[in-house]
Parts: sequence; structure tokens; C-alpha cells
Amino acid sequence: IQADGTDGNCVTFVLHDEDHTLGNSLRYMVMKNPDVEFCGYCITHPSESKINFRIQTRGSLPAVEPFRKGLNDLMAVCQHVLNTFESSVKEFRAQK
Amino acid sequence: PPIAPMAARRSTDEMRDRVVLGEFGVRNVHTTDFPGNYPGYEDAWDQRRFEEAFRVDVIREEEDSLEFDMVGIDAAIANAFRRILLAEVPTMAVEKVFVYNNTSIVQDEILAHRLGLIPIRADPRLFEYRNQGDQEGTEIDTLQFQLKIKCKRNPQAAKESSDPDELYFNHKVYSKHMTWVPLGNQTDLFPDANFRPVHDDILIALLRPGQEIDVLMHCVKGIGKDHAKFSPVATASYRLLPDITLLQPIEDEAAETLQKCFSPGVIEIQNINGKKVARVANARLDTFSREVFRHEGLKNLVRLARVRNHYIFSVESTGILPPDVLVSEAIKILMGKCQRFLSELDSVPME
Repeated sequence: IQADGTDGNCVTFVLHDEDHTLGNSLRYMVMKNPDVEFCGYCITHPSESKINFRIQTRGSLPAVEPFRKGLNDLMAVCQHVLNTFESSVKEFRAQK
Repeated sequence: PPIAPMAARRSTDEMRDRVVLGEFGVRNVHTTDFPGNYPGYEDAWDQRRFEEAFRVDVIREEEDSLEFDMVGIDAAIANAFRRILLAEVPTMAVEKVFVYNNTSIVQDEILAHRLGLIPIRADPRLFEYRNQGDQEGTEIDTLQFQLKIKCKRNPQAAKESSDPDELYFNHKVYSKHMTWVPLGNQTDLFPDANFRPVHDDILIALLRPGQEIDVLMHCVKGIGKDHAKFSPVATASYRLLPDITLLQPIEDEAAETLQKCFSPGVIEIQNINGKKVARVANARLDTFSREVFRHEGLKNLVRLARVRNHYIFSVESTGILPPDVLVSEAIKILMGKCQRFLSELDSVPME
């Protein structure tokens, strides 16, 4: 993971060993954050597995914050999905 | 003409949560419910609102396949689960084949390729990944199998018989002939385990008398991104829930034609006051062949759409792990990826 940018507000993260799987879902979570003015990702070249993930915030929030919040939110979503899925499978088997 | 406020709200609702299939294209494909796009809608991420709206319903579960619905989640995350199921859930598969003797007509590399594709019933969570550059393999990351078989002529066969089953012994090499050879302390580590291929009747090669195959195989843990043999699912796919609305009541002959335009069971015809009236019975069954757009009279009376956040997943496993375990593992892998970046963020100071 590397970062560079002009000031703290717009940062481009380079995430290694990643692709659309994490890129698109993380982009969605970061876009849902009202402080973010621009968020996007692109795959620089399909033969290399790294993505450029750019976040621009409005106001003076450092760009690392929405990135961290997006990751945390995504983890919370996954945890909830896992719990719901497992309880749903258990219920289905119990009533079969 | 200016549309009344209720209608305006309805059409933005439609734009937000339906993907509409028009005659020549699909509209409203991308998710647009981000904060700031729609005044008056609360779009910022709210975990509690998500948890209230989200649900998972299991529709059908069989030994190797699972069909379940996920409602209230977005395409990006559902697709991430699908991609992980296909490519990043690890399994064990044959990687190195040491050929001691192969006098069959199947070439060494073809035989090795075929052996690699055989699904092995071994829980990959019990094993580690092999270290890079490690040629030998230790007992915590390798499973050893042996395939040693020789074809002989059957002396008791009848003189005129031409049936190979009768004439030869062992002329068909099946996956059941693969035997597990424990390495090191694997007999203590896995006392009850019986590692073998998932299916016993996979045909590997054909032999004739005098031909023999003697190979030793090493199985390692890998992911589908590396080679498709490591993919744990036969296939994993999802589709969105169809939503068919009849914009006007459709009767009599038009109703009959309408019923034929869709998959069986989608439209049912009811007899109301002596007239036949069409009604959407079960939109879920439809496969959207868009036949209705070929009929001039009907195409403006029906709206074909899909519900944007209702995903019908169908996961079919190769038998290594049951499909619900696979989905749980996929979700855990996505969490692991996020965790990896979170810990990197915390450990490396940003300059």
C-alpha cells in the first residue's frame, strides 16, 4: 500500500495484490460517506494486480479517514452478512 | 408536462431501486443512491438501517448446491462474494506428479493435468500454504497420493469375447485407485481422516495388457486465481429478482399471448366475470427472454424490471466443502482482506 497526493485531502492509494473484488466494494462503501467528494478506483494494467484507489474529501478531512472508515464499514457489513447467513441456514435446516 | 410531486417521487423511487429492461437496452443500471444525489433521501451509510433492511433467505439446499436470496445489499458487495467464491476460496489439489513409470498411451503431462483437476476431499482449513520455493513439502502443507496400477490379460476370458471388461483386468484407471500415503506424522494429526478424491468413478486413463502407471502425487493448497483446479465451486452465480408489472389490465386473447411470452408459471389467467384476465403470479421464475417486445400490441402494456438489491445466489460445490461452508469462508476472506489493509494503515505511517 502506498499513498501520494498533493495535500491531505486528495490521496491516491496504490493497493497491491487487489482487483475488482475489493476495489469495487470498497469504492461503494467510501462513496456512501457524505464527506467524500470523489472516489474511484482503476486497474492500471490487467497483467499487474494492483489498483489505484483515489479519494478526495470536501472540506478539510484528511483522506485517510474515509478510507479507514470505508474498510471498517465493509468489515461490519461482512460480519453482519455472515451472521445473518449462518442463522438463516440453521433456521432452514431446523424447519426442514 | 410537469409531473405531480407524487409521480415524481415514484419515478425517482423506480430509478433508485429498479433496473428497467427496455426494448432496446437496459436503463438505470448503476447504483446512484449515494449521498447528495437525491435531495430528500437519506443516503449516507448507516449500519443500523442496513441491518434492519438486510435479510438472507435460504430457498433450497441440496447436498452439493445451495440457492439463497440476499436482500438489501448492493451489487458491488454481492459481486465481491461471487468473485471470491470462484477464485479465492482455497482448496487442495494435485500439484506435483512424480512419474516413476508410465507406459500407457496417455502422455505424462496430460496425465498430470488430468490428475490435477480431480477434486480431493480434504478440508483445506486443516492445511497451510506451501512456502515459496519449497520443493520437498512438509506434512502440514502436503498430501501424498499414490496411483499404481498395471493392466493384465484375463486368462479365464472366453475365446471369442471382445468385451474389454472381460478380457482384461484393470484396464480402466479410476480415481478410486488413488490411495493416500501419509507423510510424517499425518497419521497422528488426522487419525480419522480418509483423504480420497470426492468421486470414485472419475476415469483417468485406459490401459491395455502390459501397460502400467506408477505415479506419486503431491497435493497442495491453492486458490482459483492461481489455477482453476483450485476452485471449490462448480459454479457460483447470482441473478436479480425479476419484477413484472402490467401497466393496464390485459384480457382475453391478449392475455393468452401474454402468458406464452413468459416462462411457464409467471403469468396466470383468472376468470373474472366471465372474462379472462391476466395476472402476474410468480415473477421469480421468469428468465426474461423479452418475447413480449416482439408483439406490437403488448409491448407497451408491460414493464419488465429487476429489483436492484435482491440477489438470488446459486452456489454449486464440487463436493470438497458443503456450499454453505463455502459462502461463510468467502465472507471471512473478504473480511480478512479489509483487515489486512486496516493493519497496514495502522502500522505504516502515512507521509
